[in-house]
Amino acid sequence: MSHHIVEVQDLSYTYPDGAAAVRGISFRIHHGESVAVVGANGAGKSTLLLHLNGALTPQRGSVRIGDFPLTKATLRDIRRTVGMIFQDPDDQLFMPTVFEDVAFGPLNLGLPPEEVEQRVLASLARVGVEHLRDRPPYKLSGGEKRAVSIAAVLAMSPDILVMDEPSANLDPRARRTLIELLAGFHHTKIIATHDLDLVLDLCPRTIVIREGQIMADGPTRDIFTNDRLLEESHLDKPLRMQACPVCSGSMARKAEDAGSAHEH
Amino acid sequence: MANIESAFVDLGLLDALAARDSIVHRLDPRVKVMTAALFVLCVVSFDKYVIAAMLPFALFLSLVLGLAGIPARFVLKRLVLVAPFAVLLGLFNPFFDRQILLHLGPVAVSGGWLSFLSILLRFGLTVGAMLTLIAVTGFNGVCMAMEKMGMPKIFAVQLLLLYRYIFVLADEGQRMHRARALRSFDGRGTGITTYGHLIGGLLLRTLDRAQRIHLAMLCRGFDGTIRTSRPPRLVARDVLLFALACLLLIAMRRYDCSLLLGQFLTELVP
Amino acid sequence: MHMADALLSPAVGGVMWATTAATIAFCAKKTQRDLDDRKVPLMGVLGAFIFAAQMINFTIPATGSSGHLGGGMILAILLGPYAAFLVIASVLTVQALFFADGGLLALGCNIFNLGVFPCFIAYPLIYKTIAGDGKSPKRLAFGATLAAIVSLQLGALGVVLETVASGISALPLGDFLAAMLPIHFAIGLVEGLVTTAVISFVWKARPEILAYSAVSRPLGNLSIAKVLTGLGLAAIVTGGALSWFASSFPDGLEWSMAKTSGQEELEAPHQGIHHLLAGIQEKTAFLPDYAFQSNEPQASASEASAPSWPAVDAGTTTSGLVGGGLTLFLAVAVGFMLRRRTQFR
Repeated sequence: MSHHIVEVQDLSYTYPDGAAAVRGISFRIHHGESVAVVGANGAGKSTLLLHLNGALTPQRGSVRIGDFPLTKATLRDIRRTVGMIFQDPDDQLFMPTVFEDVAFGPLNLGLPPEEVEQRVLASLARVGVEHLRDRPPYKLSGGEKRAVSIAAVLAMSPDILVMDEPSANLDPRARRTLIELLAGFHHTKIIATHDLDLVLDLCPRTIVIREGQIMADGPTRDIFTNDRLLEESHLDKPLRMQACPVCSGSMARKAEDAGSAHEH
Repeated sequence: MANIESAFVDLGLLDALAARDSIVHRLDPRVKVMTAALFVLCVVSFDKYVIAAMLPFALFLSLVLGLAGIPARFVLKRLVLVAPFAVLLGLFNPFFDRQILLHLGPVAVSGGWLSFLSILLRFGLTVGAMLTLIAVTGFNGVCMAMEKMGMPKIFAVQLLLLYRYIFVLADEGQRMHRARALRSFDGRGTGITTYGHLIGGLLLRTLDRAQRIHLAMLCRGFDGTIRTSRPPRLVARDVLLFALACLLLIAMRRYDCSLLLGQFLTELVP
Repeated sequence: MHMADALLSPAVGGVMWATTAATIAFCAKKTQRDLDDRKVPLMGVLGAFIFAAQMINFTIPATGSSGHLGGGMILAILLGPYAAFLVIASVLTVQALFFADGGLLALGCNIFNLGVFPCFIAYPLIYKTIAGDGKSPKRLAFGATLAAIVSLQLGALGVVLETVASGISALPLGDFLAAMLPIHFAIGLVEGLVTTAVISFVWKARPEILAYSAVSRPLGNLSIAKVLTGLGLAAIVTGGALSWFASSFPDGLEWSMAKTSGQEELEAPHQGIHHLLAGIQEKTAFLPDYAFQSNEPQASASEASAPSWPAVDAGTTTSGLVGGGLTLFLAVAVGFMLRRRTQFR
């Protein structure tokens, strides 16, 4: 099915101050896939993500979401399909109460008030924060804000979820809740993150970016066991693989030679 | 430093009070805003020397607070805090208005002192009205009421966004203030140039934030108009209580109730 | 300085509110029409920024005392006059509701004093004329400082006139002006310097913001006639109506005085300081009605039948009409200056 495919071809973008953020990136993501985008700070992850729903326009190359090429005319439809969750939830929760914020999207879609209410309650329930519906955003904790921002995006029924550092600034418990929540979503997920352990939990496929270009695009486990790749991309192994004697020690090669499957 | 969370204006507390439930809280916000406006109008329309006739208005306030379940000390504490301002406002009257208007036994009271006391009372009543309004309606409620009563939509949106982000920016401001304090000594480092850099930086970050918020809005279909959900309808109870409140306020303004009460009591004594 | 409900009469408050409400509606329409939808979150967040900026003090050189930013000029420079006016109005509203800074009725006065003068007089006529697009640091400094001084002086004048016109405070016009104007000159000077410091910092760091705000023409094409007529009508109608409202309620003091003391006894005020101040007032006040108001008791003391002070009715009606007249005068003055300005474009 061609809808729900995210196709990026030779994407390039340079910021006004001259910094080249993305240089010729291409990839294709299929419906239901869960893909992580990792790389050092300033590698171009956020810039890439901002192209996926038209926040930025490619200077060269193209972006295609399902049947729609990314153009000014198709922006509205693309934004309905691609839901974006920003790094700082305070940027995203701008209405006076949680309910009104989650209702913002559906109201803009022109849905009738009864349906808006239904959608809002359903999204809040999905994320487990119905009890916060009348709370003003400034009274929420970091984890609650993150949950509400996800609900706000879910209320628009997107097919694709794009997330920029979803687990940043969350306490361990909130982080765990987030991972469990995302694991239950069947949307196509594209997650830019430094949290490599989250990647291990959620994303079978990883794209590694360095200085605006793709260094690797493949199964997560292969990438995280490739020491040279990680080194060149200014990355590290996920924490729990670092502690593992098999993955990090001399036993690693023995295990590989023996062909034994090693899971994390 | 005027702190957002200062003793006077604990915004969080005010919101918590507004979220309570009582017959007053359940009233339509429009009714509450208009009652507060009428209250203020009545109080300020008294002649400059009036004191006793204004006191029934304090009774009105305490009645509203009582019905709403809001502890009186909430208002009283804050009134005490701003009392110095009230004194400042009326300070000059006793100097400039020396004309004797009243004799209380052997004491001759000048018009200046009467109007000074009147100013204090006015201040207390009008500030009290503000606090009461916010405590029973909440900021969002007041904005909604004003919008339904004709305030331009874009101004209502402005107020809501402003309120929403005050906390975020106040946090940043506080952090900057603290960071500066840790590195300035003997009054050095707190001048205008440093301030310019600090605030300039805050401004730039604010502009960036505005861009991100705008983006977040666009991503959820924003097209220039912020749509709000339907407003609740006015019910009979709202209209009835509003009429009652208006009647009460106008009666208190028209008739000097303190005097009437005093007369009534003195006539009881044979 | 903010106007307070405690010193305000309904007539003056009502007139100012009518004027302010009309201005808000006007600016809302203008902002809506020219809406670059980026402005919506920008205005909200800049309002919050003003709050945050006001929380941080700076020490004023040579005095050691601390001051804080007003922010009106910065807003006007970044947003243009219409949007800036709305932001200022919103900041003042929150201050009134939560900080007891001014009251519900006085809010109309405060928004006028602190919003109209920076946005519609100081910014277009002074800042824009002198500093232009803000590229020259010297002209920026001079323009911003002069604009700040003028807007604060006018704002202070507004407070004084509103207070005196209300008649609750006994502070005479001359004394009040003598106190307020010099202080606000100093405050304006400091505000101008701080505005310059902040704006030049921003220009240096992000010159493209300069281009964005320079594009917004200060006032565009106003239908001056419509605005003036509207303001004038509003002022007259509210002034008259509210004066009637105020004067139709009987005066309570006379009654209670008679009951408590059994007589209306009057004493001639002390000759000394009062007489001296009265003399100064007559020379400096341009609204001799007010000086007259407090002097009258001396003359009528012997006429026991008349009340001891001028009837409230006359006072409030006068203040209503004077308030309305002043507003109209200001509106006309602004209109005249604007017409001259647009002719030079």
